[in-house]
Amino acid sequence: MAACTTLEPMVNATAELAAPQEFDSAVACHRAQIFRFLLSSTRDVDLAETLTQDCLLKAHRNWSTFRGESSVLTWLMRIAINLQKDHWRNRRLQFWRQTQTNAVDLDEASEWLPSGERSAEQRILAKEQVAHVWRAVENLSERQRTVFLLRFVEELDLKQIADVTGMGEGTVKAHLSRALARVRKQLGEKQ
Amino acid sequence: MNRREEDLQHAPDHDPLELEPELREALGNFKSSVNAWSEAMMHRPREIKAPARSSWAAPKWALGCAVFLATVSGGVYQNHRHLEAAKAQTARIAEQQRLQSAQRAQEEADLLAKVDNDIARQVPSALEPLASLMDDNQNIGN
Repeated sequence: MAACTTLEPMVNATAELAAPQEFDSAVACHRAQIFRFLLSSTRDVDLAETLTQDCLLKAHRNWSTFRGESSVLTWLMRIAINLQKDHWRNRRLQFWRQTQTNAVDLDEASEWLPSGERSAEQRILAKEQVAHVWRAVENLSERQRTVFLLRFVEELDLKQIADVTGMGEGTVKAHLSRALARVRKQLGEKQ
Repeated sequence: MNRREEDLQHAPDHDPLELEPELREALGNFKSSVNAWSEAMMHRPREIKAPARSSWAAPKWALGCAVFLATVSGGVYQNHRHLEAAKAQTARIAEQQRLQSAQRAQEEADLLAKVDNDIARQVPSALEPLASLMDDNQNIGN
């Protein structure tokens, strides 16, 4: 499936993928995107890998029940979000355990930029912007963060986000608006 | 739909996807950064590490074995003690029964002797005066 590059949003997967032999293709198409979403949500590489594996395992087990009513990506993203929720819920319940988090700090996460043709000054400015966005994202509520990342990292449209999260489109729009307001505020504070 | 949901739906009037240039640039950089990070992490070489054994592993095992042995030997010892106590109790009861039997036998023997003594006479009672006379005569004859 050449159309499924690892960086572009892959939303055109259709019901014909539902045949069991197509599961490998679906994984090849969407694994990177699922991992990217989970990585940006958790900022924890190990946790993102684990949840991605769990997501694909769960998808594999339920592949025969996938009826193609939504896109494969939407279905996989929904599984990933539910797994992430379960993970945090379990973690909250296990509050007596020593919490070991491998989440990288914001500065480290902001260090990553594609190696493009940018001047040193542009790169510094870009890193600064990225750090501010990360700071704003960190302060968002769980729903706002999910909606924000699905829109501006995964580039899903409002309807797809509504399908993935199970929220109404209006609610998604409102969460997105509030998330953007936070990012604007954070970017405004740097000036 | 609850109040919060309604509130959320009516919150913004403008399109949240309308982005001013600076915000668009920042979000573009953010997306590129996440992409680069994700790509790098996806394709990083992975090291398979054997789970590190702490220096406490051996003492933990030794302690575990010691606790296990103590538990088992304690149980065995307790069982042995119970068996010994049961044996001693059995022997004591047997001894008591033996003594009681001997005492009963002795009492029965004494009773029989007494009865014999009471019943067994040299002459019947009706002839007793005559017997006493005979005794007197023998005494005189002597």
